[in-house]
Amino acid sequence: MSETGGILSAKACDDARVVLEARGVTKTYHLGEVDVHALRGVDLSICDGRMLSLMGPSGSGKSTLMHIIGLLDRPSEGSVSVEGEEVSQMAPNELAAVRNRRIGFVFQSFNLLSRTSALANVELPLVYSGVSGSERSRRARAALERVGLGDRLGHLPNQLSGGQQQRVAIARALVTEPSIVLADEPTGNLDSVSGVDVMTILQELNTHGITVVLVTHDDTTARHAERIVRLRDGLVVSDEAVADRIWAAERRDAVVEEAGGVQA
Amino acid sequence: MNLVESMRIALRALNANKVRSALTMLGVIIGVAAVILLVAIGTGVQDEITGSIEGLGSNLIFIFAGNFEEGPGGGGPGGISTRQFSIEDAELLQRRLGSEHAVVPVIQGPLSLRVGNRTMRTTVAAGNENAGEVFGGDYLGGRGYRRSEVSAGARVIVLGATVRDRLFPNQDPVGETISVNGQRFTVIGHVAAQGGSLTGDQDNQVYMPITVAQRLIGTTDVGLIAVKAATPDDVEVLQRRIRQVLSPRFGDEFSVFSQEQTLGIFQQILGTLTFMLAGIAGISLLVGGIGIMNIMLVSVSERTREIGIRKAVGARTYDIMSQFVIEAVTLSVAGGAVGIAIGAAGARVLTQWVPTEVTAWAVALAFTFSAGVGIFFGVYPAYKASRLDPIEALRYE
Repeated sequence: MSETGGILSAKACDDARVVLEARGVTKTYHLGEVDVHALRGVDLSICDGRMLSLMGPSGSGKSTLMHIIGLLDRPSEGSVSVEGEEVSQMAPNELAAVRNRRIGFVFQSFNLLSRTSALANVELPLVYSGVSGSERSRRARAALERVGLGDRLGHLPNQLSGGQQQRVAIARALVTEPSIVLADEPTGNLDSVSGVDVMTILQELNTHGITVVLVTHDDTTARHAERIVRLRDGLVVSDEAVADRIWAAERRDAVVEEAGGVQA
Repeated sequence: MNLVESMRIALRALNANKVRSALTMLGVIIGVAAVILLVAIGTGVQDEITGSIEGLGSNLIFIFAGNFEEGPGGGGPGGISTRQFSIEDAELLQRRLGSEHAVVPVIQGPLSLRVGNRTMRTTVAAGNENAGEVFGGDYLGGRGYRRSEVSAGARVIVLGATVRDRLFPNQDPVGETISVNGQRFTVIGHVAAQGGSLTGDQDNQVYMPITVAQRLIGTTDVGLIAVKAATPDDVEVLQRRIRQVLSPRFGDEFSVFSQEQTLGIFQQILGTLTFMLAGIAGISLLVGGIGIMNIMLVSVSERTREIGIRKAVGARTYDIMSQFVIEAVTLSVAGGAVGIAIGAAGARVLTQWVPTEVTAWAVALAFTFSAGVGIFFGVYPAYKASRLDPIEALRYE
């Protein structure tokens, strides 16, 4: 990967495959008589197995972009392709199927189903991909064990801490073995220790080959990725590699100490 | 996602809101129970009346004053201007039809009875000496009134089972004296319990010669004339003869029904009544259905975020749709099942006072209808849910 990082990014992937690509994406919201241009022509390509941060202040369009590349929303113009497959023209049900198989979401507010156990929450995407009951349960258990919640299977979201809830959400995102995990401010609602734990898990997933896209306004969080794409006013303003990447696992002791100090 | 999965999700959601689910079901429960109960009463009454008319024997003919045969509204059932029959008309018929057929003029009316310090109100059914032959009834003691008693207007009386038990408990009433509307009568017989019938409770009745009854009630009219043909085969010929005899006197203003026709008329009236009752009950079922729709709409907007989450992780339109339709159908079918149970139980309890019969078709109808209500009123909220935009739904607070 080149240090300067071209905005047109076919070259940014070197030998790796482009797992997700947006070309000329715009998004305009019509609010009464005012048109709000949330995105004004964004090109972005995300390489397989990499970790990327989409950064920008609020109103920069980073969340809109995440929704579009996560196939939750459609661009006004431009195209999006996932693993080489053009998705802009797909029907809602086809998009649902692509989200189900290839994309995992981690939201700032967790978005777990309340009144539903951790296990059932993690099983949810498998329910919609038609995996049989026993297989579903086995895979959901494995996913929960992977995020360190093997002993919390039957807990309801409100019986779990914020960090644990977010780990359930991560388990749900990875249970379908997606090619890409989109995390929207995953540490935004968490205390610093839980935040470090969540970032540790995301980095670990990435080292095991899952592409991770972090959406954040926070510089420290963004530097957990290997590349940062900055947006401002609906345009990509920079795309560069992270020189001093943060490894969450290495920071944990320091953060715990700091948090303990604050509490004491 | 398969059906079992949708049902599990639906049940979990309903279970999470137990009180609300129960209240929503209540609408359907009441509707279905009402359908079952009212249809059971309608059918029960119809069966009983059919039974009691059939019990009279198939060779009976009834003649009423007034023109009923032109259907409802035609001529009017015995309007004020209609001339009533008299005992003479019955006697004329008896002479013209021949003695092998029994002709009975019948009159009914209320009376009060007193024996010592015991009093009760009851109904009298009075006829001539052939009444016993036409209407049957087993004598437990004594005898029926005779021709001489009819022509003389003798004050003799036969007691039904209820009357006997009330006025002469544990006692043979034959030969005793009884006060009827203040006049002294002699009890000459009493009959076995027969159960309910067309003309009300036959056991809470007394019988006496029509001549006496007319004096007691203060009329010379005869309510109806009953004719018992010698054989069932004579019925058709007799009906024609009766018309020939009565036409010169009454014109069109009388009606002749065979037992079969009477049965048909009653069944038609009661059948219509049963459908009316079912219709009224059906309206409450409809209201219950609207209740389901209302709750499902609330449920959909309450669970907008849940719908968003499900869509984000890959739920397709029909996954969401089927989830909510199944929820609505589960509510209505469960309500329907409970309603059927309550309706059937209620019908059993009511049997003490009113004849009831829970029919398979009523159960099937109520059940299908309640399931239909669930689908019909569940589809719109479910459609609304399935069309939600995932992003809008996820942002929903």
